[in-house]
Amino acid sequence: MVRIRIAAIALLIAGALLGLFIYISQKPDSSYPFKLGLDLNGGTHLEYQADVSKVQNGDIKGAMTTLRNVIERRINVFGVSEPLVQTEEATINGNKVEKLIVELPGVTDIKEAVQLIGETPTLEFKTYTGSTTPSASASTSSINEQFKDTQLTGRYLQKATLEFSPNTNQPIVGLNFNSEGKALFAEITKANVGNIVGIFLDGKPISTPVVNEPILDGRAQISGNFTRVQAQDLVRNLNYGALPVPINLIGTESIGASLGADALAKSIKAGIWGFLIVALFLILWYRLPGVLAVISLGMYTVIMLVIFKLIPVVLTSAGLAGFILSIGMAVDANILIFERMKEEFRRGLGLEEGIREGFQRAWLSIRDSNLSSIITGLLLYYFATSALVKGFALVFFVGVIISMFTAITVSRTFLIAIAPKKDGKLSDFLFHRKSSDKKLL
Amino acid sequence: MFVIKYRKIFYWISGLLMGFSLLSILVWGLNFGIDFTGGSLLEVSYTSARPAMNTLQSDLSSLNLGQFSIRPVGDNGYILRTKNLSEPERQEVVAKIAGPNPESMTVKQFNTIGPILGDELRGKAILSIILVILAIVFFITFAFRKVSEPVSSWKYGLVAVVALIHDVIVPTGFFAILGHFANFEVDTLFVTAILVILGFSVHDTIVVFDRTRENLKHNGDAGPRRSFEEIVGRSVSQTFTRSINTSLTVVLSLIVLYFLGAESTHNFALVMLVGIIAGTYSSIFLGSPLLVTLEKWQSRKK
Repeated sequence: MVRIRIAAIALLIAGALLGLFIYISQKPDSSYPFKLGLDLNGGTHLEYQADVSKVQNGDIKGAMTTLRNVIERRINVFGVSEPLVQTEEATINGNKVEKLIVELPGVTDIKEAVQLIGETPTLEFKTYTGSTTPSASASTSSINEQFKDTQLTGRYLQKATLEFSPNTNQPIVGLNFNSEGKALFAEITKANVGNIVGIFLDGKPISTPVVNEPILDGRAQISGNFTRVQAQDLVRNLNYGALPVPINLIGTESIGASLGADALAKSIKAGIWGFLIVALFLILWYRLPGVLAVISLGMYTVIMLVIFKLIPVVLTSAGLAGFILSIGMAVDANILIFERMKEEFRRGLGLEEGIREGFQRAWLSIRDSNLSSIITGLLLYYFATSALVKGFALVFFVGVIISMFTAITVSRTFLIAIAPKKDGKLSDFLFHRKSSDKKLL
Repeated sequence: MFVIKYRKIFYWISGLLMGFSLLSILVWGLNFGIDFTGGSLLEVSYTSARPAMNTLQSDLSSLNLGQFSIRPVGDNGYILRTKNLSEPERQEVVAKIAGPNPESMTVKQFNTIGPILGDELRGKAILSIILVILAIVFFITFAFRKVSEPVSSWKYGLVAVVALIHDVIVPTGFFAILGHFANFEVDTLFVTAILVILGFSVHDTIVVFDRTRENLKHNGDAGPRRSFEEIVGRSVSQTFTRSINTSLTVVLSLIVLYFLGAESTHNFALVMLVGIIAGTYSSIFLGSPLLVTLEKWQSRKK
């Protein structure tokens, strides 16, 4: 009993500390402020021009869509960074110009923004057309003249891996193409046995191997005298996606929020009122256990907010709406337990027993219903192809786990800590146990 | 339990709701917004002070362009994203945002922009939802494996998925109706709402099924053995208060969100409200009664 009471106090202190952290980290210059989305706060607008001159006819749209997806994946790894990435087509003097807009929330340092995108490599395969063996000392432009573009680009890359050369033990980068890329690579190597196929990274040749035989399995290697760290970085960057076409930054601007200044204030107000009304309902309906549910709901709220700060999850008005909704959903486990407790009281159990039984019997339904939510969250996260679904799945998953933790561990510890030993009028009232229940005993 | 006794009435209600929803979706279709279709981007700058954003917002709303977004850019400009504008529409928009002194405004660019959620992503999203549904059936089959008498456990999974489809179709149909009569557009938030409903629906159904599982396990422990129909009925009535109360807390937070939250999330709150009510309805009045119907079919076959 003493131990449980100490645990309850420890939980209260932990919750208060988390709350304090949220408060302190909102001061200016903190490294963990809430990050607000483009609708609430604005950020940076970057405009890139894509060089689609080498794209085989007709598939400019496809290349641009791939470009968009690769960049989005690069800057929105977990789906919770809320950037806006969009293709744009301008007509200048009758010519179509393909552009890409990237808007990053909260980033005011344009250099930082450009760097984030600049790490995405362009990978190209070119065939050698020159007569002499290309030398590394030649200037890039003269090398480029001696190579002819092929259709094969990073767009068809499925996976890059870090490997080591069996002979020299040098780090090399293994490339695995998808089925389309496999066919293209087979075609290119078939037509170029004995010739050089250059692998170009960001426009520079990094590896110029001679084709010994046609390669049909869609696998290639880049051995470019990498250090281990360089090879690792390249593998990581290629796996985030290689750009299908080269891009060039043509303009940067700062942008303001798309929603009025009152949108954030309104969202916060709705959050506070939502919490208060749910709390009021819980206390009126469940009395003392309701108060404990409110404490565990408070814990849920502070833990989630801290997680939003740490990941960080960029908060948009939509994200805040989802969070407010989750406050209503997070109490489900508490409601299940308390209803079960009432049932056990009605069966004639005393307070202590009723509480214990209530928890035990509600546990299976809490476990299985939440497990199904966890499975849903995990699957959506792993199979998500859009950042929207991915970000949703991540926050949903975390929310389910935290609400399970707070509803069960927190509520349970508190209930046991304060559960009265003897049934009395006051405790019966506080736990909603009717005196008529006792007569059943 | 009246829910089980009058289950045919409740099937009718669900059936009519679903039929009506499907019909609205088929007849009117969904109104996809610029998140899905792409559209036009207009960038302007002003030599004198730029007009206030909310003035422009209300001016543009009068043009019936559907969803649009406007945001300040640099020190003296705006970027406006709308649906694809025809030439006359473009002129109208430009005239609106020029404000009182049109000569102070210049159009810096007027371009076509692509979607945020493209076709390709849409197809794959549907695939992952099918995977989720399959996983749910497997999970429920596994979790209920000990109560495969008299109704085999995979049927619990199947019924949960029927309830899920019900819960997703009803708010989608509702949105199709609002799309037709009030120009509501499907955007990324709508997709999020449907995903939340997907999670909530199964969660809610499992809680009610869990009680049936428990009561079946202890059937006959104390007192006479009860029929399947009776057990399901008891389970529904035992979990009734919980179902209502859980939905109530969610509905309360949605109502607060609708009335106090940012305007941009009004539609979200509305769709969710319909989805949560449909979800609660289906877990009480559709899921468990369907189990009873399945059991009756089985025994009739024998």
